[in-house]
Formats: sequence, C-alpha cells, structure tokens
Amino acid sequence: MTVLATLVPLQAVAFGLVALGAPLVVLTRDPLRQALVNGVYGVSLVCLFVVLEAPDPALSMLVVSGIAYPLVLLAAIARVRGEARRRRRLGRARSRPDRSGRR
Amino acid sequence: MSRRGRLALLGPALLGLGALLGWGVAGLPAFGHYRGPYGFVLDRIVVPLRHTTNVVMGTTFDVRGVDTMGEEFILYAAVLGVTLLLRSGERGRPGRQAGERLGTDGLRLLGVTMVGGGVLVGLWLAAFGYVTPGGGFQGGALVAGTILLLYLVGGRSAYAPFLAEAALDPLESLGAGGYVVIGLAALASGLPFLTNLLGLGTPGSLVSGGSIAALNWASALAVTVALLTLFAEFLETYVVPLARADEA
Repeated sequence: MTVLATLVPLQAVAFGLVALGAPLVVLTRDPLRQALVNGVYGVSLVCLFVVLEAPDPALSMLVVSGIAYPLVLLAAIARVRGEARRRRRLGRARSRPDRSGRR
Repeated sequence: MSRRGRLALLGPALLGLGALLGWGVAGLPAFGHYRGPYGFVLDRIVVPLRHTTNVVMGTTFDVRGVDTMGEEFILYAAVLGVTLLLRSGERGRPGRQAGERLGTDGLRLLGVTMVGGGVLVGLWLAAFGYVTPGGGFQGGALVAGTILLLYLVGGRSAYAPFLAEAALDPLESLGAGGYVVIGLAALASGLPFLTNLLGLGTPGSLVSGGSIAALNWASALAVTVALLTLFAEFLETYVVPLARADEA
C-alpha cells in the first residue's frame, strides 16, 4: 500500500496498462495477432518509461518493440504461412494445418 | 520424463524462485527513492566534465564506454550467428517476384512518405543523441526499420540495394571496428583506452562531447547495418514476395 500511495495517478495508469498488456500477449495464441498485441504492449511500456521520466530507454523501447522486433516476426510468419499456402495449393497439405508453426 | 515427474520438479523450483524473487523485491528501495550514489555523481560531473547535456550518452559513451563497446559486439555476434544459421539454409527463389507490390496507391504513397520522414527522424535522433534524448542505437534502429518499410511499399526491386552483402559487410565492420579504433587512438597517444581525446566544445550544441560524437556515429552505423544485415538474411531466406491483395 505504501508503494501505491507514492504513485502519481498517471504513473498508476501506465503501470496498470503494462500489467494488463503482458498477460494479453501471453494469452494470444495466433502468432500474427500476438506480434501486433506485443507491439501495442511495447507502446504501453514506452508510455511507462516516459511517465517515469526516462526518455532514452523509451526511445530504445519504441524502435525495438515498435519497428525492429515485429518486422522480424512478421517476416518469419509470412514465410511460414506462404509455405503452408503453397503446399495446400499443391495438394500435399494435411487436412488440418500444423499450428505449432514448424514446417 | 513423465508428466508427474516434471510437475514434481517444477513445484519446488517455482517455490524456490518465487521465494528468492519475493525476498529480492521486499529489499528494494521504496518507489521513487533512488539511493545512489552512482546516478547522483554522474548528474553532477557529466555536464561540466564532458559537455554532453544528455547525461545518459555521456555515461554510455564515456564513463562506461568499454561496456557500450561490449554491448555493440553482442549485437554484432547475434547478427553473425543469425547469418551463419540462415545462410546454410535454402535461399529465396528470385523467380517468384510477380505481383509483389501493395494494391492501393494511397497506402504506397503513405509508405514512401514515411520512409523519407522516418530516415530523417532517425538521423536526427542519432545526431543529437548527446544533446537531447536519443543516440546512435535508437537512431540507427529507426533508420534501419524505416528502410525496411521500403520493402513493404516498393517490393524487392526497390529494396535490392540494401540486400547487397558486398556493401553491408564492410559498413558493419566500419561501424563496429570504428568504435574500437577510436579507443585504440587514445591508447596510441599514451592515454588509457577510450580516453576522450577531442575538444569538448560548447554544451548543448552538436560540437560537444569530444570523442562521444564520433563513438555515437560509429555505433549508429553499426546498429543500422547490423539490422539491415539481419533483415536481408530474413528477407532472402524467409519471405515469400508480397502478393497483391486480390491474389490472396
């Protein structure tokens, strides 16, 4: 309780968003949606850093979680899905697509 | 191992980890009560001694410049590892390039505009890193990320120059090695490694911080090219060219 009392409302909101976002990322099962949710979660962390007066880590977090990391994830997902689609078209795919993400 | 066996292992491990974590968190200083002294000392000495108004950059590129060199080489080693892993695999087939552009002209226009603006913001972040918040890492990552946007809006043909290993590899070495060379330059003139050699300049201007500016640009180059190399490997190995919206 002592910790809560020292928080400015804005800080409490930023902490709340982060606490809400983290489980959402974990609970999202579809990789593509997970990449997007992770990006939004990253932005909530950026807000937290800004509110806590740490602009340098906020900028790092912004470029890493907003640009670099999702792009690498999307590239990998695009490849995996493209392969799956190609296999389906060739009629070699199994009746249920493999959801584990492995080829 | 059976499911029960794994749970029997997990339970005590989780309990132990939880106890350690709880103990650690309980011992933390109260929220907003920084105990120092490192931060307080830096706050007082960096601007008078190094003339960088962004104390964070004065710290990362001067006070603990050797640590930053290590961090730069962590990224270098990571990209090297990815490259080695992916290059042994199957390469993307250059034959499948038809219809790789985005369908909507408006979206492409927006994308191209963002590439120009993003690169500019990235260069600004890197250039003014030691004056205002920002720095080589942030600026470099932004420049590389916005260049990748060119792939999404312009397709592989527009992005082709950034796939050229012959240009990327020497630039990466120049960035990563440049940092070390600046450090060695101090050693060569009889001073300790990474001593700030250049004139300190006026605080709050681009001509400030001495060697920090040079180290900052070296790491900006290293980060940009490291990410571009990473993207190039991923694009060549993993990505099937974008299909038009009506094709999917």
